[in-house]
Amino acid sequence: MPRREWIDRLGLLLTAAGAAALFGLPFVVFKSNRIVPGEPRALHEVLPLWCALGLQAVLLTDAAIAVGVADARRRLAASLAGIVVLALAVAAAANALTPPGDKVVRIAPGGAFWILLVCLGLMATDAITRMRPGPLARVLLLAVALAIVGAALAHGTFDNLSVMREYTVNSGRFPAELRRHVWLAAGSLVAALIVGLPLGILCHRAPRLQPPVLGALNVIQTIPAIALFGILMAPLGALAARLPAAAALGIRGIGPAPAVVALFLYSLLPIVADTVLGLRRVSQAAVEAARGMGMTDAQVLTRIELPLALPVILTGIRVVLVQNIGMVTIAALIGGGGLGTFVFQGIGQTAIDLVLLGAIPIVVLAFSASVLLDALIEALDRSASASAGAKS
Amino acid sequence: MIRIEKLTKQYDGATVVDDVSFEVERDSIAVIVGTSGSGKSTLLRMINRLVEPTSGRVLLDGTDTRSEPAHLLRRRIGYAIQGHGLFPHRTVAENVATVPRLLGWPDARIRARVTELLEIFQLDPATFADVLPHQLSGGQQQRVGVARALAAEPAVLLMDEPFGALDPIIRAKAQEDLLDIQRRFATTVLLVTHDMDEAFRLGHRIAVMSQGRLLQYDRPATLLTDPADSFVARMTGLSDRALKLLALTSAGEAALPGSSEGPQVAASASLREVLSELLWRREPSALVLGEDGAPRGHLTVAAILARAHP
Repeated sequence: MPRREWIDRLGLLLTAAGAAALFGLPFVVFKSNRIVPGEPRALHEVLPLWCALGLQAVLLTDAAIAVGVADARRRLAASLAGIVVLALAVAAAANALTPPGDKVVRIAPGGAFWILLVCLGLMATDAITRMRPGPLARVLLLAVALAIVGAALAHGTFDNLSVMREYTVNSGRFPAELRRHVWLAAGSLVAALIVGLPLGILCHRAPRLQPPVLGALNVIQTIPAIALFGILMAPLGALAARLPAAAALGIRGIGPAPAVVALFLYSLLPIVADTVLGLRRVSQAAVEAARGMGMTDAQVLTRIELPLALPVILTGIRVVLVQNIGMVTIAALIGGGGLGTFVFQGIGQTAIDLVLLGAIPIVVLAFSASVLLDALIEALDRSASASAGAKS
Repeated sequence: MIRIEKLTKQYDGATVVDDVSFEVERDSIAVIVGTSGSGKSTLLRMINRLVEPTSGRVLLDGTDTRSEPAHLLRRRIGYAIQGHGLFPHRTVAENVATVPRLLGWPDARIRARVTELLEIFQLDPATFADVLPHQLSGGQQQRVGVARALAAEPAVLLMDEPFGALDPIIRAKAQEDLLDIQRRFATTVLLVTHDMDEAFRLGHRIAVMSQGRLLQYDRPATLLTDPADSFVARMTGLSDRALKLLALTSAGEAALPGSSEGPQVAASASLREVLSELLWRREPSALVLGEDGAPRGHLTVAAILARAHP
């Protein structure tokens, strides 16, 4: 059985980090209201003895498995069980520390919780990587994980944790800001696709265009986002002032318009560059055969070149979507809205919990987008998945 | 019939194909041979207008190829290239169905044609139809490439070094298959190669090209017995020309009346093979048998040797 000569180095590292966090850092932070600095509380101070010992026993088992067991499925099961127990423990701690009916005290997860969560999360993703699940399995795994978290949130398991307290206060605005966040990220991606795909195809057909086009897009990438917002304010403001129709469409110097335009400009380089790269990688023999058999230029493009370049183009789309989901955050600075609103309000009020209310969904969105598009890329790359299937 | 008239192609002043004219008879195989840079591929690609000629014209059965849009012309002409050029994202059946789909054949006819072609090329449809090209061996990929080129029953098949990427044994098999296919469908084939042995094995006529110019266009035997210049003589090979000449004649054609106690050889065997067999067995003569197994006459070593020179 899993007694082995070797020791898993990643497991050893995670165990060391987790142990140091568990014994050296607070498990939760108690604040008498949302903006005062908190008082650290260790695990045994906040949970009944049997709970604390139970959590420690589970973590100890996980550490043993992380260090000594090679089987990826067991490692995954152990890490997921660890995450669930850890989450329940922090929820229990919040419930125990909150006086009944109190709406003012804040119980935030402490350093030990976060580091343990990261360690167990790394152990889980490492196990999933080793299991090499197919695209569909990965999407299912993501859906199940999101469903479990969603059910726990809906059930109120974490209602006494500080972030959920902030959510309760902001629950009226949250769905609208979430929708706007997704809309800004996806909308600028769609705009970049509408312009970037034809531009990429053009650059592929006319290689002389490549250096100037890619060079210009590269320069745009080097402009910091805040500066680009600033640069765009003046022309968009002037446009709105001159053209009432533009203003009626919501185009102003501040607000979502400069945010979408900036994200669109940032998105162009990955889309154009990956379209060119994808088209260039298409087998020239296949293109030559397609032309030689009587396909028109449009048919060669739509039936041969684009389908074969699609996995590479999708890689560009993945980069853009994940990048946009992160960058939309700063759109809040110029009144663009989105989850960044909570982040910057939180920073302004030194209310870290409000920052997390914005930041955690952003991370989840970006991660989900990345998993979904990765799965799509793999599923579409028929030849790649077929050869992987032949090997296993 | 393919008639090539004064075909010339210049790129930026450099003449790649220089005033080439010749005719390929219907139902025959013509092979264009030349070193790399001789313009042979460009010449071939001007026939289906992948390259537009600078001057001159090509007639297919008397009709100028410029009388219709290039992509419609190409759908009537089979085209097979080195490295097969199969579409990696499409199954074998989808690849073979490419031109029939472009031509808008009904599905049932396409399915029947794909099945027929896969069977002809010894690719069991049940096993291979839904497989992707990368799952095939090199020889199988090449066969699918030729099957795809023949899918819409073209009267003319253009082949650009179609067997260049194959190892010798598979290549010999592919060449035999091509001869069978050509006879079966009565296709007019124009094939480009740099391999003179391949040209001799396949060509009813051989065009030798160098530096864009056509040096000689003749039957294989004539290239050996009456080369136009020293370049053609060197291309066809001086050291074994007697044996090459023998390889061009079949035992059936050369058989003399009479019988023999010696080994039995097939009428389809070449004189070179019969000679080799007789030398090996130290026999003076062989009995030639027709396809039906009936004696067709006999051959002696002396009679064979008499055919080994002009």
